[in-house]
Amino acid sequence: MGKTLAEKVWDEHVVRSTPGEPDLLYIDLHLIHEVTSPQAFDGLRLAGRTVRRPDLTIATEDHNVPTLDWDKPIADPVSKTQVDTLRRNCEEFGVRLHPLGDVEQGIVHVVGPQLGLTQPGMTIVCGDSHTSTHGAFGAIAFGIGTSEVEHVLATQTLMQAKPKTMAVTIEGSLPPGVTAKDMVLTLIAHTGTGGGQGYIVEYRGQAVEELSMEARMTVCNMSIEWGAKAGLIAPDQTTFDYIEGRPEAPKGADWDAAVAHWKTLVTDPDAHFDKEIVLDASTMTPFVTWGTNPGQGVPLGGAVPDPSQYDDDSDRIAAEKACEYMGLEPGTPMRDIKVDTVFIGSCTNGRIEDLRAAAAIIKGRQVDKDTRLLVVPGSVRVRLQAEEEGLDVIFKEAGAEWRGAGCSMCLGMNPDTLSPGERSASTSNRNFEGRQGKGGRTHLVSVPVAAATAIRGTLSSPADLD
Amino acid sequence: MDKFTTHTGVGVPLRRSNVDTDQIIPAVYLKRVTRTGFEDGLFAAWRNDPGFVLNNEAYAGGSVLVAGPDFGTGSSREHAVWALQNYGFKAVISPRFADIFRGNSGKAGLLAAQVDEKVVQRLWDLLEEHPGTTVTVDLESRTVRAGEGADAIEDSFDIDDYTRWRLLEGLDDIGITLGHADEIASYESTRPSWKPATIHAI
Repeated sequence: MGKTLAEKVWDEHVVRSTPGEPDLLYIDLHLIHEVTSPQAFDGLRLAGRTVRRPDLTIATEDHNVPTLDWDKPIADPVSKTQVDTLRRNCEEFGVRLHPLGDVEQGIVHVVGPQLGLTQPGMTIVCGDSHTSTHGAFGAIAFGIGTSEVEHVLATQTLMQAKPKTMAVTIEGSLPPGVTAKDMVLTLIAHTGTGGGQGYIVEYRGQAVEELSMEARMTVCNMSIEWGAKAGLIAPDQTTFDYIEGRPEAPKGADWDAAVAHWKTLVTDPDAHFDKEIVLDASTMTPFVTWGTNPGQGVPLGGAVPDPSQYDDDSDRIAAEKACEYMGLEPGTPMRDIKVDTVFIGSCTNGRIEDLRAAAAIIKGRQVDKDTRLLVVPGSVRVRLQAEEEGLDVIFKEAGAEWRGAGCSMCLGMNPDTLSPGERSASTSNRNFEGRQGKGGRTHLVSVPVAAATAIRGTLSSPADLD
Repeated sequence: MDKFTTHTGVGVPLRRSNVDTDQIIPAVYLKRVTRTGFEDGLFAAWRNDPGFVLNNEAYAGGSVLVAGPDFGTGSSREHAVWALQNYGFKAVISPRFADIFRGNSGKAGLLAAQVDEKVVQRLWDLLEEHPGTTVTVDLESRTVRAGEGADAIEDSFDIDDYTRWRLLEGLDDIGITLGHADEIASYESTRPSWKPATIHAI
């Protein structure tokens, strides 16, 4: 019997396999940031261990860094200590670091692909759950905790039980104005937050093949939001075109050898998936969340659901608590919900295509007078590219705040946070209680919905602007 | 890591599903560079509510958390496990754990015991009716026990064989893996030369 894409990549990385034990899996690339690494480096020091492969390791500063005054010392002393600790650790252990102020600094999941370090068929890990982003290239990529970060630093391997495989086939084509974000939010509302648990998921089908590389990253990025171990997409010409010519991409004969191998990284026709889900892209519409987990979403044209209509007790209680936290009455049309802050950015939607899409909608319009629009590029390279194209001017003329690169309001670890009760439309990935600041209320949206919402001040799509 | 064989402690009923890592410990508490001191951030938002279970004196010193399904969803932050441990929890019981959280628990020595949803319902009822009741999680026999007489609960819990063995033995994963250093080196010698590197020889 043939193999799935995930099985092929997995099997190529097994260092050691013994019945009754997890596989020992080789890791091709280890991404590091300031929040989940200090205790791992401490562990190495305590045990007198070194980093086995600094040449397969790269670090940047993203979670905790300010997006204003990034050329000045970090004002918050606790944040500064954490960032300084990363700098000391990278120096001591010989790890390549792109610190705040460096042209390659940015969100770790934007930086890897942009440098050409993310390539098909790799195993990629990082102490961050959105590492699944890199699966867009046909890599097995997943988030790990700090103990595992230490394990990879010391051994360049991880002990992992082989997950089951699932196919998510999205047939047809997305209608105009409907994006990869709407696709994945629709999927998560369908499966629930635990639906992918224990699986590596392969996204496939016409609608997935038609996505750009950046849109594929948006889909894979949110694999963890429905519990999947990882999500990946078979590499194709779109993938190869994106990688070719990037700083760390293979060159010359190496390029040819790499592409020849990458072309084998597809699921065999007779391969078996443990589970399959099929969705139709042509029926999808702009999709937004109303609740406090990414599965609590409805079409933008819909309304806040009535918890009393839920059959399952635990779903009903969760929906009641979500409505209460979000300050929403059941039955309220989503388009009537007024938003205080719009956040465009994050590893989900902070790449250049996202900023171009937002600017195209915002150009020549003004941000609603009661609404704040924060635009945060995913990396310094994205910021510079946007500035070269004049996108920053479009945002600023519309009354938006144009910021430096980082995770920013996605998780509210730096000064960019919501106040209690403040409501956001956010292109990020999590709407958990307090995620963007204590008491903050988050609606997850696509980039076009975010841009239109900033103009109208209520949840909107670009079609509502004319 | 300390060996984990069996633990008996006051059970704390957390009657919620989908307890995500931002609820277990919000991001603003993740700035420490140590593995200790995270107890203040544990369930930080909910602890402002005087009615929250951890603010109830009857559950003081609780060490076995009983939660609804999909516990630990979201972020990869191991700080969520450390915060529970720093506070005093030795075990969490839930019908379903998020993958990364369960993995982190196994590495850090917190027992994540997966039980049937009905068992959680019965434990919640028992612990709410008789606050201060202890719960035993026996890793040797993979059994959870609580209560006495007619109310007594005894059921099995799931944990994968390998994690159970490591917890019982208190083993350090890295030490085990470094025992296979030859196999790692041998694998490395077969990696294609076009695979990317972050540092290049000059």
